[in-house]
Amino acid sequence: MTPSLLEHLTILPIILPLMAAAIMLLLKEQRYKTKATLSLAVCAAILGTALLLLQEASVGGSGGSDTARVYSLGNWAAPFGIVLVADRLSTLMLALIAVVGAAGLIFALARWDRAGPRFHALYLLLIMGVNGAVLTGDLFNLFVFFEVMLAASYGLLLHGSGEKRVRAGLGYVAINLTASLFFLIGVALVYGTVGALNMADLAARVPYIAAEDRALFEAGCAILGIAFLIKAAAWPLGLWLPGAYSAASAPVAAVFTLLSKVGVYVLLRLSMLMFHPDSGDSAGLGQSVLLVLGLATVIFGGAGVIAAQRLERVIGYAVMASSGTVLAIVGLGQANALGGALFYMTASTLASAALFLIAEILVRGEDRAAIGSDAFFDDEYTDPFEADDVEEVGRVMPRSLALLGAFFALAALVVASMPPLAGFIGKLGIFIGLLEGEGASLPASWWVIGILTFSSFATLLALVRFGIEGFWKRDESHALAVRSPEFVAIGGLIACCVWLTIAGGAALSYTEHTGDWLTRPGDYVAAVLKGRL
Amino acid sequence: MEIILAIGIGILTASGVWLLLRPRTFQVIIGLGLLGYAVNLFIFAMGRLKAGAPPLVHPGKVDTSAYADPVPQALVLTAIVISFALTALYLVVLLTARGITGTDHVDGHEAE
Repeated sequence: MTPSLLEHLTILPIILPLMAAAIMLLLKEQRYKTKATLSLAVCAAILGTALLLLQEASVGGSGGSDTARVYSLGNWAAPFGIVLVADRLSTLMLALIAVVGAAGLIFALARWDRAGPRFHALYLLLIMGVNGAVLTGDLFNLFVFFEVMLAASYGLLLHGSGEKRVRAGLGYVAINLTASLFFLIGVALVYGTVGALNMADLAARVPYIAAEDRALFEAGCAILGIAFLIKAAAWPLGLWLPGAYSAASAPVAAVFTLLSKVGVYVLLRLSMLMFHPDSGDSAGLGQSVLLVLGLATVIFGGAGVIAAQRLERVIGYAVMASSGTVLAIVGLGQANALGGALFYMTASTLASAALFLIAEILVRGEDRAAIGSDAFFDDEYTDPFEADDVEEVGRVMPRSLALLGAFFALAALVVASMPPLAGFIGKLGIFIGLLEGEGASLPASWWVIGILTFSSFATLLALVRFGIEGFWKRDESHALAVRSPEFVAIGGLIACCVWLTIAGGAALSYTEHTGDWLTRPGDYVAAVLKGRL
Repeated sequence: MEIILAIGIGILTASGVWLLLRPRTFQVIIGLGLLGYAVNLFIFAMGRLKAGAPPLVHPGKVDTSAYADPVPQALVLTAIVISFALTALYLVVLLTARGITGTDHVDGHEAE
């Protein structure tokens, strides 16, 4: 063991994709095999790092106690320097990002990475932005990583071109640029009133804000919250989500499911750090808003799932409902239920990413004309799909329909959180957490349980409808062409869901410990500031 | 100085919001630009307004009220670069949409 080298583990998920993306720009588009290999290697390295960090977080730091792994860039001590913090929550998110990111990439290798220029560079930059956003311990770096993530997502949404994507992109870019401006106003107000940007430092200073500045500080936090609620697609700020996600190409839509969870993550992180019960006058700021908006999002998502006419839109609404579920639990402030909510978020993200991938295979061939763009850069090759079709239409396996159908059924069960799979364990964890202790006497708990149950049944109904149409009533004239990387990607995501079910006890105990750790923000502050206060 | 800056930010924001809600893509991008200016000035103002005060502190015991806060200046610089780049990207999307749909309406078709 070389502790000096292992200390740098935290920054690998950011630095590796950044460097690889820079290298991608030096390679011609024709060398897609080199690019694919490099991307795969980077994703594998990130996955390895994330699992190592996850393992470390699950056994706890030295002495078995919960702590956070803090990495000071340039060895400048917090709060003056920039820090990366890998605690239980960050590493959980990191592992989730690594798995979905790797699956999306493998899926894209079958065909999508050649549907437009610079796919690999943008994809890796997106992964870097998301990783950075969950690792950073600093409000302004959060903004920078958010922008990296969003800038890459604008390019990726347009990947594959076509009118549908450009029109979706127009709205998506405008909304997110506006959200970024909200983010900046919020950061400026928080800095102007507290004088700190480091999250741990902020958490420590919130109780001591001067009374005349407190209103301004809370207004700043609310504006900051709007920016994250737009990203997390909370009703009514998330009406853009189904349109944008359903227009994106399948691997892109799969990684986009992570973006809305990053918004949820930031809201969870900041509200647990800054507005915990001991934080003086600002304790519990915005909790009731989060609860109401979260529940409204779940209802809206549940209704949208039933109303949607295309499978991609159904999944988009399901993604909204899953964000809303976690937001409502954060707003309820019941620490017991947080563990279940985090477990549910992990499982539903994996499954909805898998569903986006399956949905694309089902509609494949319908809109072939829309994909494949004209050459834009001179080193790009024209119309990649045409050459593709002549040479190989994909392996037509007689069993592929059955296997894909099974994958669809499993993913649908997880997204709808029906027994016996992982989504159900998560929701059951939420319900049990809500009813423990004094929660059973709160009317809000029962509202949450009722609305979450409604959204489960709505999602199940919609997905069963599309499953019957997609698999049983299928027009047999064109066989389902699925390539092996696509099977590997979907199978991998489904395998993770199944593993989460089998190892449900261990995983749920991890997320419950995470919820517990989040309710002790003092430990986080102490780990980052190292007794500086 | 405060009142002039406040009025300036207010006018920029109001114009920006109005343009952002207009139906033409060109109006939207100009609106985003104006809002960007307003936000950058606002961040700058949050570091307190001081004319002619140096942002770097000499070593030793100093009176910090005689210095300008360098952090908002660094933040503004970052924000300008990012919003500039992303507005340029939006311009590309805007022109592509104009080329593909044949209209500059934000919905991609003229309102009935």
